Amino acid sequence: MKNTIRVHQFHGGIHPPENKKQSTGAPITQAPLPSRIILPLQQHIGLPADPIVKVGDHVLKGQRVAEAIGRISANIHASISGTVVAIGPHPVPHMSGMDADCIVIESDGQDQWIEHQGLENYTELTKPELIEYIRQAGVAGMGGAGFPTDVKLHLGDDHIVNTLIINAAECEPYITADDMLMRERADEILGGIEIIAHLLKPLHIMVGIEDNKPQAIRALHDALDKSHLNLDIVITPTKYPSGGEKQLIKLLTGVEVPSGKIPADVGIVCQNVGTTTAVYRAVIQGEPLISRIITVTGESAAHKQNYEVRIGTPIADLLNLANVNRQQMQRLIIGGPMMGITVTNEQIPVIKTTNCLIAASINEMPPQPPAQACIRCGMCEQVCPAELLPQQLYWFAKGKEFEKARHHNLFDCIECGACSYVCPSNIPLVQYYRFAKAEIRKEDDEQRKADHARLRFEARLARLERDKIEKEERRKQRAIEAAAAQAAKKDAAFSKAASATTSSTNTTVPDLKQLKSNAAIARTKLRKAEKALTNAQSKGLDGIETLQATLKQLQLKSDQAEKAYTDAQNAPSPIAAPETDLKQLKSNAAIARTKLKKAEKQLATAEASGEGDIEALKTQVTALQAKSAEAEQAYQDAENGTNTANAAIDTSALETEIATLQAKVNKAESAWKAAVESASPAAEKMAAGVDKLKDKLKDLQDELDKSRSVAQPTVTTIDTSALETEIATLQAKVNKAESAWKAAVESASPAAEKMAAGVEKLKGKLKDLQDELVQKSGNQSAQPAPDAEPAVIDLKALKQQVSIMRTKLKKAEKQLNELPEGEDNTPLVAEIEALRARHDKAKATFDAAEAEKIAAAASEGIDLKQLKIDAALARAAVTKAERALSKAEDDSKQPLETELLTIRAKAEQLNATLERFSN
Amino acid sequence: MSAVLVAVLVLLGLGLVFGILLGYSSIRFKVEGNPLVDQVDALLPQTQCGQCGHPGCRPYAEAIVNGEAINKCPPGGQSTVEALADLLDVEALPLDAEDAEEPIKKVAYIREDECIGCTKCIQACPVDAILGAAKQMHTVIVSECTGCDLCVEPCPVDCIDMLPLEPTLNNWQWPAPKPGIELIATDRQPGIALEIKG
Ligand code: SF4
Ligand code: SF4
Ligand code: SF4
Ligand code: SF4
Repeated sequence: MKNTIRVHQFHGGIHPPENKKQSTGAPITQAPLPSRIILPLQQHIGLPADPIVKVGDHVLKGQRVAEAIGRISANIHASISGTVVAIGPHPVPHMSGMDADCIVIESDGQDQWIEHQGLENYTELTKPELIEYIRQAGVAGMGGAGFPTDVKLHLGDDHIVNTLIINAAECEPYITADDMLMRERADEILGGIEIIAHLLKPLHIMVGIEDNKPQAIRALHDALDKSHLNLDIVITPTKYPSGGEKQLIKLLTGVEVPSGKIPADVGIVCQNVGTTTAVYRAVIQGEPLISRIITVTGESAAHKQNYEVRIGTPIADLLNLANVNRQQMQRLIIGGPMMGITVTNEQIPVIKTTNCLIAASINEMPPQPPAQACIRCGMCEQVCPAELLPQQLYWFAKGKEFEKARHHNLFDCIECGACSYVCPSNIPLVQYYRFAKAEIRKEDDEQRKADHARLRFEARLARLERDKIEKEERRKQRAIEAAAAQAAKKDAAFSKAASATTSSTNTTVPDLKQLKSNAAIARTKLRKAEKALTNAQSKGLDGIETLQATLKQLQLKSDQAEKAYTDAQNAPSPIAAPETDLKQLKSNAAIARTKLKKAEKQLATAEASGEGDIEALKTQVTALQAKSAEAEQAYQDAENGTNTANAAIDTSALETEIATLQAKVNKAESAWKAAVESASPAAEKMAAGVDKLKDKLKDLQDELDKSRSVAQPTVTTIDTSALETEIATLQAKVNKAESAWKAAVESASPAAEKMAAGVEKLKGKLKDLQDELVQKSGNQSAQPAPDAEPAVIDLKALKQQVSIMRTKLKKAEKQLNELPEGEDNTPLVAEIEALRARHDKAKATFDAAEAEKIAAAASEGIDLKQLKIDAALARAAVTKAERALSKAEDDSKQPLETELLTIRAKAEQLNATLERFSN
Repeated sequence: MSAVLVAVLVLLGLGLVFGILLGYSSIRFKVEGNPLVDQVDALLPQTQCGQCGHPGCRPYAEAIVNGEAINKCPPGGQSTVEALADLLDVEALPLDAEDAEEPIKKVAYIREDECIGCTKCIQACPVDAILGAAKQMHTVIVSECTGCDLCVEPCPVDCIDMLPLEPTLNNWQWPAPKPGIELIATDRQPGIALEIKG
């Protein structure tokens, strides 16, 4: 037989022992019906198919059991009739040796076909319809990667296909499946080629076949003589890997497919011979791809021959069929010796791409000798069919310089193994390339994921920003609406009232703000001046006189501004809204008081340490005192104004007393101030006097408060909402203070310590408030419902509370443990104590509630369900505690252990109850 | 003399022309932001975990451009450090983390029957990978989770675990070949008919 066209050459290639003769002696034999088949849902790259049957369903031979999802995916059909017994993980033929989802079908022995029918005349169908028909039959490439065939047939849509190449080279040693197929079923092959040619409309069809298959070549020629098909059978010299897609193209056409391109880009489509028969059977006979030809060979197989095997047959069945001597079998390979995979599990099924099973003896495939150093002999480079530099790639892969490996076209490597085959140093080169490819793919994947995450992150930020703006806008909108409403109200009021009064109130409103900022500015100026003065004093500079003069002036100004502001603030209040003002005044008073206290403390420390600007501090204290007093007074006044009316007991006497005392205090304070200013030695005594007076004042005020509360005994419903808001504000403050403190710590500012103290104090206050709230609300809840419905206690809520407490406690403990040595941990310890107490309390409540519930259940009869749930929960708690225990460090084990014990006891108790009830 | 004058004038004229050209193009083709920050940011794993001490990957990218060390990103591992070193042309430092091994990919997993539906984890997740609503069970969208760990701490009932990703057929990858024993050539066994590689 002579070639009609010139055969080109590809670079490299090797001539391993063929070992093909052994398995071509006998014709293709039908393998018996397997008793069960295993159909992996994923048999190729791309997406796994989606099962459309359930366990227990009865399926017929040829019935579709899993549906392709996405473009690169193939349908899967049952290859026997029987019952679906499982859908789940099962060993599959994969390099990793991992399990994957499979459909397992138990045979019913009938081998009953589903109704099927081929197409009478496929040329009547449009191309997409015909391709869809082939896709429905689940036809996939039967040579290498198992790529769904329909995807390749679609290539005609967007590529001009001028050459169709049928790959019949079958270059790998041992494999004879295609050879036997061509010998026995040449008509089907030509029929399949006709269909594919109809779809792709190529100008030229070539069948590439190695010259070591003379019988197959003759069979093809014979069949071709009877067919009207116009194609060239091209005989190529036997050389591995001439069956590689790009290599065969080079051989047959001389065209080199560029790196990173597919053959279709140069107008060529390749199909395997096996695939052509599958297409033929699908189209002409309507049979989906449910069987294939497999070579079973190797020295330990008694019958080395080809079998037609149902897809999904476990390889153990085939090995038995070929009478494989398991003692002798050293290695079991699926595929060829060069590119196949070694498997150990005989339950692995045959899939659409399985073309060969080699049961190799130790003589055939001895274990690989250890690798040695690369000697740079260059033999690998000479045999590489992809014209790469294998030793260079090896160095890059070994040194993990993947980027360089990529630039040396690592991805053009077809993993043919030719380089490893010739390497005198026995370096497992292909393994290195596979590893490098996997790493690069992983990195690319991670990059993609990172980009995706960045997009999502940015989208989230944008969303939060948008939310904030929207909120702000809504708030503004509300404010405007409120203002409008207010204005409308005012207008209504004005229309009734005389216009004379309006002008005065109108002007005061904007002025208030102005005045406030004025006061603030004046204050700041004053402070600055004070600082300058103290600076000058401490350094003994001259010009102190002038500075003092300025200071005095500024003080005056500041006071004036402040006064103006407070006046303005107070002025409209009695007219406009005395009730709201009361609150305002109260908080004013409170603020003034705290300020005063702070200033006093500062003063005290300053005095104690004998440094700093005592003078300034003192003046500040005085000013503050005055202000505090004023505020208090204003508040008192306002309150009296509103309260005296409904107060039964006359508090006016007390109040006048307070007023006089206040006046006295003021006087004393101003006197003290003067003394301080003139640096008189009596200042200190005076301060003491002032303090005494103040104490007295406070006592009186307390008394007043008391009498007032007596006067209003109707207040029984405890208003916790105010408390709550207070807590909330305080919490916010705490958070702020804490973050400020953290910032200070970070910047190593000296103020950090002070801040920490402040934070602690705030926290303490917060806790107090919270406790108060708890108490109050406890009282409240206890009051209205003492025995109404105790059973309604929400166990779940309680439980949640307990678990939250526990978590908090744990976190705090962890914090404590993490605290560096030598640092003050008392606040933390205290906190933990408090937390623990709270936790215990919560737990006690919970336990009590639960116990009550159980008791109720026991007495009432059986609430088994609840009990069961409880028991389950308790068990879960036990496991959780155990886990925590195992994780915990030694020093924190003790409490955890006890907790575990209690939990376990509870669980046991619950279980016991449960058992008693269920028996 | 006039020749000198001409030369000076020509040079001045040229200078003027180029100056105008450069000035114009610097305005016309102004690059928004700092492109180097973008490049560095593109190399960071975008886990947004804050383990580098910055509130996210981009802030760290900015810090790197301003001279911070490049080895502070544990999720990125050594490969990120190397990529950064490559980009910035600096020395690749060893990763600055307690266990400097390659990080194991993890994703968050919520034990759903323990979740009380407080939505705290949603607020913490930088990539919106958690699904849920108030008082409803929450769950993690595994494909979106970057494994940043940020949702674990806020959960009041500690029902979030970080679990390593199970390998599947699609993300399984070939391991590195075990380094062989380096023998001298005379130790080699004779008579090997056919080798299986792979
Ligand atoms: S395995 Fe790759 S590098 Fe080695 S010879 Fe084959 S194509 Fe070339
Ligand atoms: S054949 Fe082996 S020893 Fe020779 S250069 Fe290639 S890798 Fe090195
Ligand atoms: S789910 Fe948790 S671990 Fe995952 S990205 Fe969100 S916050 Fe990070
Ligand atoms: S933080 Fe925890 S309890 Fe709260 S919603 Fe998330 S998983 Fe559920």
